[in-house]
Amino acid sequence: MMNEPLLGGMAQTVLDRGEPLLRPGNTNCGGCGMSNLMQMLRRAVADRPVQLIIPACCGAIAAGSFPQSGYGAPTLLTTFASAAAAASGAANVAQLNGEETRVICLAGDGGTYDIGFATMSAAAERNEDILYICYDNEIYGNTGGQRSSATPAGAVTSNTPGGKKEEKKDLMAIMAAHRIPYAASLSLAHADDTMRKLRHALDLKGFRFLHVLSPCPTGWKSEPALGIELVRLAVRSGIFPVFEVFDGQRHQINIEPDFSDEALEMYLSLQRRFQRSGLKAADLRPAIDRHWQNLRVLSGRIVPAKRV
Amino acid sequence: MKGELLSANHAAALAATLAARANRFGRGFCSGVYPITPSTECMEFLCNQTIEKGKVVRVESEHSAMGVCIGAAAAGARSFTATASNGLAYMAENCVAAASLRLPIVLTVANRTLGPPWNIWADHGDALMLRDLGLIQFYCADNQEVFDTVLAAFRLAEDPRVLMPVMVCMEGFILSHTVAQTDVPSQEEVDAFLPPTRVPQQLGTTPHSLGQIELPRQTEAHRKQHHEAMRGAQAVLDEVCAEFERTFQRELPGAVVPYSMEDAETVIVSLGTMGLTAERVVNRLRERGQKVGALRVRLFRPLPVQELRRQLAGKRRLAVLDRDLSVGLGGILWCELRGIADPGALVQNYLTGLGGGDVCPEHLERILEDLCSRSEAGDPVFLEDL
Ligand SMILES: Cc1ncc(C[n+]2csc(CCOP(=O)(O)OP(=O)(O)O)c2C)c(N)n1
Ligand code: SF4
Ligand SMILES: [Mg+2]
Repeated sequence: MMNEPLLGGMAQTVLDRGEPLLRPGNTNCGGCGMSNLMQMLRRAVADRPVQLIIPACCGAIAAGSFPQSGYGAPTLLTTFASAAAAASGAANVAQLNGEETRVICLAGDGGTYDIGFATMSAAAERNEDILYICYDNEIYGNTGGQRSSATPAGAVTSNTPGGKKEEKKDLMAIMAAHRIPYAASLSLAHADDTMRKLRHALDLKGFRFLHVLSPCPTGWKSEPALGIELVRLAVRSGIFPVFEVFDGQRHQINIEPDFSDEALEMYLSLQRRFQRSGLKAADLRPAIDRHWQNLRVLSGRIVPAKRV
Repeated sequence: MKGELLSANHAAALAATLAARANRFGRGFCSGVYPITPSTECMEFLCNQTIEKGKVVRVESEHSAMGVCIGAAAAGARSFTATASNGLAYMAENCVAAASLRLPIVLTVANRTLGPPWNIWADHGDALMLRDLGLIQFYCADNQEVFDTVLAAFRLAEDPRVLMPVMVCMEGFILSHTVAQTDVPSQEEVDAFLPPTRVPQQLGTTPHSLGQIELPRQTEAHRKQHHEAMRGAQAVLDEVCAEFERTFQRELPGAVVPYSMEDAETVIVSLGTMGLTAERVVNRLRERGQKVGALRVRLFRPLPVQELRRQLAGKRRLAVLDRDLSVGLGGILWCELRGIADPGALVQNYLTGLGGGDVCPEHLERILEDLCSRSEAGDPVFLEDL
């Protein structure tokens, strides 16, 4: 389904990039959220020249085996912790040569929240001209599904058989604290909002961070066809807030959840990773409420922005 | 050409700066740097230079320093970094990547003991730990050699027949912090010596991947290419040395430096500054009529096997000095030379200056006494046991 003309209700236009960013026949599992993301990114990129920098993760496997290339753009595969460092090198060289190239890191949650955390934080602190996209499947997919610090509490992984005890790290807050020009969370179920943010982030200079909740049927033990629906439920229930932060200051909530237990129960029940631990909506609600109270204060809005 | 008083750290950084500026008509220069004793002054010096079309990125670790160099070289720029000891160990993962991606990055190492327990003094064990990864390795014996070798390293690394990282080693403090008169060429001379960097596999605009999955046979083919290019680098080095001499009117020693070797029966073989100490001892002993010579191995990877064989042919006794230890086996240079020396030769290993211990002419005289008293080689001998 790599060349589908329709995505999220949008038709492909002549302005779109002719070449897919993630080519057909790649190794991603069916229903992988990262594949959806790459289709949307392709459209947002349009005719901008891009280079992809990808650390060890499922995205590195999707590059395919030598000498083919799974990506329709020049791509550098780096060591697990080094995407943001290598991207700093490439971005500086592009700038020294007056090139318009947009250097994009595509990294998993492991390469972002965990092993590559210091590297990414340092590149953000230096405000390197990098678009850093973390596709967060909340698990180490590549190595068969171990916990990361992005794994939510209650999720069973191959090395937390009883369900992870600790809450997910709040990376957006950390990125906001870096006062980078732009940080945003993206919902694959809200294509308009996502396309707008992708385009905005592509055009900005400096370090831009995008956080994408990326359904992983293999790791989440969920139905491949339900990925987008799961994201919609995550957004509706409030467990995945969709917002953007400008210069670490202005917080803007983009999609207003309905905070329904129905959505949350549905989100949990459609993924077997939550079932074995016996997690209930009520267990998660206090943490969601706390998170949202914070966001409300930061965004300065008490009134809901938009209902889904 | 003008003489300047420079430490070897500053000499390396100045050579890198001149090389960086020389690429202003190419794709420029970009480097990631991080401090560690005794290499720090190299990156500090670099950070204080203005480099037209150049950028030095002050990163948060050596791992990222090499990460930046990888990204920069993959984007077609000239690249350089400097480190030592634990910094090199921390960088190792990306050194593998830089080597296997065949990126022409120059790296200086101010050799220092690995820790903890912390020890900041010279030991070759840090660089030798990366012996097998596909980086060319030079070991220098004085400041001028450090300066010249760094310049030559760019030319060698970027040669289309070579294309791989080059590591230039200097012993921490012994060289890194010792100030010596150093001849520094003009920018024009360096421009003439270093053509603009060309990285044929650079990212550019055509879709292709660098560093993606390979299947066993492909890896085998790439290893073979890398191996052959590394072995061929020695012939390229000869050309680079000749070109160096033409441009700068100064000789750059090649792969090995023989000293009074012609009629020598007993030879001291070593890496780095111990080679100069050995030369002094050779002078002393020659005055007493002893047929002693010294052989300094400057190029350790690729190991100049043919040339070493030629130099060591007919030599009956070898004292191999190692400022490093492969724990449980012995000195690393010794391990490599055993297969190269004449089959009948007595090849004895002496572990000298581990952890930065001073190696004086008197130590080497004791070593030669020990060597001459032996009828056969034994286990590696620690200096303190002599
Ligand atoms: C230094 C290092 N440690 C461990 C690994 C093994 N490894 C490869 S990918 C990966 C997990 C990747 O997880 P994530 O970043 O979330 O990406 P995903 O696979 O989920 O797409 C691990 C542990 C490695 N390649 N390098
Ligand atoms: S394991 Fe998950 S993230 Fe990786 S390719 Fe499969 S679905 Fe995508
Ligand atoms: Mg992951």
